[in-house]
Amino acid sequence: MRHFSELYWRLDGTTSTNEKVAALKDYFAAVPPEDAACGLTVLCGAKQLRAVPMKLLREWAAEAAGLPLWLLEECYAHVGDLAETLALVLPETFPTEPQAFEQPAADSFSLSQCLAETVRGLKGRSDVEKRQVVEATWRRLAPRERIVWHKLLTGGCRVGVSRTLVARALSELSGLEPAVIAERMMAATIETAEDFQQLLSPEPTAADGLRPYPFFLASPLEAEPDALGEVTDWQAEWKWDGMRAQVVRRAAGVTIWSRGEERMTDAFPEIVAAAEQLPPGTVLDGELLAARPECLLPFAMLSRRASRKRVTKKLLADIPAVFVAYDLLETAGADLRALPLSQRRHQLLDLLPVAFDRPPEPRGGGTAAGDCPGPEGQLFHSPLVVGRSWEELRQLRAEARRRGVEGLMLKRLGSPYAHGRPRGDWWKWKIEPLEIDAVLHYAQAGHGRRAGLHTDYTLGVWDGDELVTVAKAYSGLSDKELVEVDKIIRATTVQRHGPVRVVEPTLVFQLAFENVSRSTRHKSGIAVRFPRIQRWRRDKQPRDAATLADLEALLAQAAGRAHHEGTKDTKKSSS
Amino acid sequence: MSDLLAVTPNGLYCAAGDFYIDPWRRVQRAVITHAHADHARPGSDRYLCAAPGKHVLRTRMGSTAVIDTLRYGEPTTMSGVEVSLHPAGHLLGAAQVRVSHRGETWVVTGDYKLQADPTCEPFEPVRCDVFVTESTFGLPVYRWPEPAAVAAEINAWWQANAAAGRTSVLLAYALGKAQRLAALLEPTIGPIYAHGAVMKLVEAYRASGVRLPPIDRVPPRSRRVGGGKGLVIAPPSAAGTSWLGRFGETATAMASGWMLLRGVRRRRALAKGFILSDHVDYPDLMRAVELSGASRVLVTHGFSDVVARLLRERGLAADVLQTRFVGEATPDDTDSDDDEAGP
Repeated sequence: MRHFSELYWRLDGTTSTNEKVAALKDYFAAVPPEDAACGLTVLCGAKQLRAVPMKLLREWAAEAAGLPLWLLEECYAHVGDLAETLALVLPETFPTEPQAFEQPAADSFSLSQCLAETVRGLKGRSDVEKRQVVEATWRRLAPRERIVWHKLLTGGCRVGVSRTLVARALSELSGLEPAVIAERMMAATIETAEDFQQLLSPEPTAADGLRPYPFFLASPLEAEPDALGEVTDWQAEWKWDGMRAQVVRRAAGVTIWSRGEERMTDAFPEIVAAAEQLPPGTVLDGELLAARPECLLPFAMLSRRASRKRVTKKLLADIPAVFVAYDLLETAGADLRALPLSQRRHQLLDLLPVAFDRPPEPRGGGTAAGDCPGPEGQLFHSPLVVGRSWEELRQLRAEARRRGVEGLMLKRLGSPYAHGRPRGDWWKWKIEPLEIDAVLHYAQAGHGRRAGLHTDYTLGVWDGDELVTVAKAYSGLSDKELVEVDKIIRATTVQRHGPVRVVEPTLVFQLAFENVSRSTRHKSGIAVRFPRIQRWRRDKQPRDAATLADLEALLAQAAGRAHHEGTKDTKKSSS
Repeated sequence: MSDLLAVTPNGLYCAAGDFYIDPWRRVQRAVITHAHADHARPGSDRYLCAAPGKHVLRTRMGSTAVIDTLRYGEPTTMSGVEVSLHPAGHLLGAAQVRVSHRGETWVVTGDYKLQADPTCEPFEPVRCDVFVTESTFGLPVYRWPEPAAVAAEINAWWQANAAAGRTSVLLAYALGKAQRLAALLEPTIGPIYAHGAVMKLVEAYRASGVRLPPIDRVPPRSRRVGGGKGLVIAPPSAAGTSWLGRFGETATAMASGWMLLRGVRRRRALAKGFILSDHVDYPDLMRAVELSGASRVLVTHGFSDVVARLLRERGLAADVLQTRFVGEATPDDTDSDDDEAGP
């Protein structure tokens, strides 16, 4: 734990990339491979087990610190980080008991041992046993180490380094190419000493047989596309609103990888079955979508599908999934990434000749009569959107919301499949977001960098004289504005419910979002997709902010229905 | 019977003695706990402060202000009310105000700390019936490390920067914290410089007899003062300004109680934060309440409602003293000259 905690604090204490890489190298060089494997897993943000419920941990810590629970909660609301709060209130040293816990020297308590004994080892144990382990571990660890351990224990240990940075450190340590390390990190589960040694092995490894390629990510196009040059040098496609994924078909089988480099294979058995029909040595980059033969399904349904561990027959029938390929990265085992996009696309079409094209789901559920079902199957290619000029593409892009897509993707025909997010060749040209002015209604303190500052905002719109909530938004203001808004929130708080403050309606923000739909999540009865704050409207009075009727109008527009129809059921949902 | 001290639109007022403590508007008689801008405001007819704080208060209130002084512990009478000032340990000349009338004694702490500070008299516990205490850091997460350990950390940081040829920039509030830090620095490591706002008060401290190491004013537009070995004490408002650009390569750190929180350090993009405060931490706040022997406690400036609730649970009559400082102390103030008090 000492080495890992040192690494954690070194990473925390610097903003310099070189310093971070140096800290990572020192760590991996200093610890035995089984610890390196554990450390790597944590650094890469693998899903962690929540070994002890937060609630219990708070109670035990409050008792150990001799504080009433409400006071600990106040501390948490102020600090914004539970692991840190607990470490700050716990006594620095505990009085030793007569039958003292056997206390090995602190540095002999390795990360792997600590994880095995005090985190994974707690699974299935009773609360009493868990508590004994937790209290014993507090005694073993120094206050700085406790924060890190609390994070491991509650499954929230996120460290401010990217996988690219970790790969770079390991590459410098091993002399292997960063790309090889990055690909192996994606493909293999690294848990044991052997896994870690394999990762740095100069020889080809078993993981090389499953691995996807690091994703090429597009950058948002902020200006008009005319500056990109001739439209004929570019390929345009719809930007589907699903989950980006790679389907890897190799001799060993099929694996599906998310952009976050998690394996999603088990969640999509029908895609796996279809991909098994592809020749071994095929890798596709594309989008997972939820779609029935006659229409697309909303993103929320895909998300539901992806989150289930067990896919039942009913789920498969209710929310069928398809994979729409944008790109072909490997064929017959040969890496195509260096070829120009136009050539890769050519080969993609040979492999998957059927283009995907479906209308969004009609509002109100059921399928409209007369819709003709699209072609059967699970694997498609994403069709091109053809425009002879940027102006034509601009007009096509304007149809995006109606088509249920997020906008257009623009890719240079000559571009290789790069790694990461280099700017210049791939652009996402999203539709302009929808916007309303909303009023701050509730605020809560943020976490991490924003700890102790009220930066989580719940915004509302007017329904008569009442504010009804419509969205939670976390981002969009500058650091300076956040501090200023925080002060106003503190000064205009009218009520507090634990960490949540109800504020006087004084602050107006311009809220942008991608789409609107009905939902019971917020009081307005409407939910918006990807809400974010665009700017602080200091020029507006709260009374000038949007009304529920304005939102209903947007909903009606999105549904392609007449305006008045949409506003009729407003009253029902808001009463 | 009405309280001996009560909050009025002008500030905390003693009707029996007809004087105010740290009033926020112009009044006839103002008793001042210390010279920070949120406690001492110019324009009143007469000021009363502890003798060691006179020079410092003068720099703030202007040359024409009428400033009377009392030695620590020396009683005086104001319209029949007994008033005396006692060391608060916050900064040079900071005082707790003891007010006694018809057998009842109140103590108003102003800002205070129990930790050692070479630049001012240590806090003196004063017995009273009603204790009016600040609570800037009144949450149990706030427990200060030993100042000696923090001083060693600061000097080690400076030494390492000096070895790498980087100028050290230490951000600290101009009055109190800056002078305390100067006194903790190890002058053999390199030359010490101060921003103009800090320097004025360094001189006031020296005029009051406080011993500080040699400190130079930052020469205009010089690069690499002290050949990269120097340390500059500057107010936090200098952070990120072109004023710092003149020092070439620098390492910046801040000294404040808020540095205890990781989120605050990260938000301010500070690689280094030193936990050093001129306010009481939570354990010392609890100790100060106990030492006062008071049966009634009024809590102000900070986590008032939390501390008041806790003290009530411990059997004391405790309440929030509603001052005009309704906003809580926040870790993000750079404009106030008290490092840590709220606006």
